[in-house]
Amino acid sequence: MRTYILKRLLLIVPTLLGAATLVFVIMRVIPGDVALLILGGDQGHVDEKQLVAMRQQLGLDQPLVVQFGTWLWGVVRFDFGKSLWTGQPVVEELLIRLPLSLELALLATLVSVLISIPLGMLAAVRQDTWVDYVVRVVSIGGLAIPGFWVGILCILFLVIFFGWGPPLEFTPPWVDPWTNFQMMVWPVVTVGYRYAAVTTRMTRSTLLEVLREDYIRTAWAKGLREQAVVIRHALKNSMLPVITLIGTEFAFLIGGLVVTETVFTLNGIGRFVVDAVAHRDYPVVQALIFLTAFSFVIVNLLVDLTYAWFDPRIRYR
Amino acid sequence: MATTALTHVRASAALAPRLTLGEETLKFIRRKPLGAAGAIIILALMAVAAFAEVLAPYDPYHADYGLQFARPSAEHWFGTDEFGRDLMTRIMYGARIALFVGFAASFAGCTIGGLLGVVSAYAGGKLDLLLERLMDILLAFPQLILALAIASILGPAVQNVVIAIAIPIIPRAARVVRATALSVKENVYVEAVNALGASRPRVVFQHIVPNVVAPYIIILTAQLGGAILAEAALSYLGLGSAEPTPSWGLMLSGSALSYAEKAPWLAVFPGIAISLGVFGFNLFGDSLRDALDPKLRKG
Repeated sequence: MRTYILKRLLLIVPTLLGAATLVFVIMRVIPGDVALLILGGDQGHVDEKQLVAMRQQLGLDQPLVVQFGTWLWGVVRFDFGKSLWTGQPVVEELLIRLPLSLELALLATLVSVLISIPLGMLAAVRQDTWVDYVVRVVSIGGLAIPGFWVGILCILFLVIFFGWGPPLEFTPPWVDPWTNFQMMVWPVVTVGYRYAAVTTRMTRSTLLEVLREDYIRTAWAKGLREQAVVIRHALKNSMLPVITLIGTEFAFLIGGLVVTETVFTLNGIGRFVVDAVAHRDYPVVQALIFLTAFSFVIVNLLVDLTYAWFDPRIRYR
Repeated sequence: MATTALTHVRASAALAPRLTLGEETLKFIRRKPLGAAGAIIILALMAVAAFAEVLAPYDPYHADYGLQFARPSAEHWFGTDEFGRDLMTRIMYGARIALFVGFAASFAGCTIGGLLGVVSAYAGGKLDLLLERLMDILLAFPQLILALAIASILGPAVQNVVIAIAIPIIPRAARVVRATALSVKENVYVEAVNALGASRPRVVFQHIVPNVVAPYIIILTAQLGGAILAEAALSYLGLGSAEPTPSWGLMLSGSALSYAEKAPWLAVFPGIAISLGVFGFNLFGDSLRDALDPKLRKG
């Protein structure tokens, strides 16, 4: 196991390096002058002096190689410079917003797992009956309905019936659990529904595959009850791909956070991205995009390690 | 239609009589009712988009301040917005943008990705390794975040939205097509044309590409719904097309929620349009994949 962990850790280094390079390429090489964009140059006349000063502030007056080196060195030290909008270090701004997004992400994952595994199981066991059709339509629906619209409908409902107003400040659960719950419940539903839709489909299809295996036929043949066959024999063996999926769908989760936090005006990392884009705060945009890729890679590393821990065949390959 | 998925099918169904296109369609409708329902939604949407001028009752850009926030009625089925514009008309014109961006982005992304996948599989060696690494790196970025970053640099315009949505699709298509191309490459007939001295482009375009059409079509239809959703999300976040363009996502941003109490219909109908469109594409794509992929058929 130790060699496997080491090998996997070494493998993520080139991926992260590549991701850092790609972010740099997107932000600097794509036609368009960032300094000009920040000053609103696409809308009208810009003072030449201001432009030079802005380029200097961003380090855009230096050769591309030097810029790239500075960026990489910053990435290695986890120093992404200062926000152009607030003047605060990007990492500090990020840490303020992290607890909210983390709570939202964890709760949404939990809710979706609690909904999707029983539903997916039900659909697989009753394949091609009305139960299966209903579950499939609801889950395809979860993929079709935009997350932000689910959020808008929640707010619409809350505004019309309860005179709801957006929360002003994040209250952590350890300070006031009830206020925190009121604030988080609808965003969690919004993000969780979409997430659950994906996991339900995956649970259904892997369970369907497992249910056709020989050992399941054996389990049936020796006269086990349906419950024992499905839960003890089939579900256990179909969980591995679902665990992997929870990792890969992390990307969906991030996308969900971006729109959901915007709809509910929650001050999390997702909305930080949108705000940074709106304010043309490029150091922040650049850092956040790299950090989403970074967290995606880390989450998938953890998933792979769990997977290898569950299934020894993988780590000896 | 000589495709890998279909060659398996043909082999097993060699004794069955050849079906005409009409009969194939009927068979698809009978076997995959959900897929057929999806196809009907898509066709209806396309018709609305193509004939918006004829079908829409009003001008999508015409503001009438005497008619602000009119409730849904016989004259204005979906009501009017804060400028007194007819919401149903705007949603009908919105189908154009949604379909254009959806098709253009998925087509561009899947075609570029598919070609990269074929080249990667056929070339093998260092080029394959390099392209694979590059695709891995692209896959490390969540689709929406990558699109957001690209759109923010390129600026709000419809063609930029297409590019921003197409780029994250490339690695997804490349991966699927490469896997199929790898197995096609091992076929004896490829070895035969190689032995006959066919040029590399000839082998790739005449013999490998036609055989990866099935996974290409599958990934293309699978991405369509996602692309429409991404367009809606980007315009909702203010990075897609700008006012007064009738884009579904844009209709839901800002104004919809600020008038929630006064005019809830503004927040309801554009969302239904997005969901229905994506739902149609997903239903159709799912069934098409089931029909084209022999592994997923019920045995």
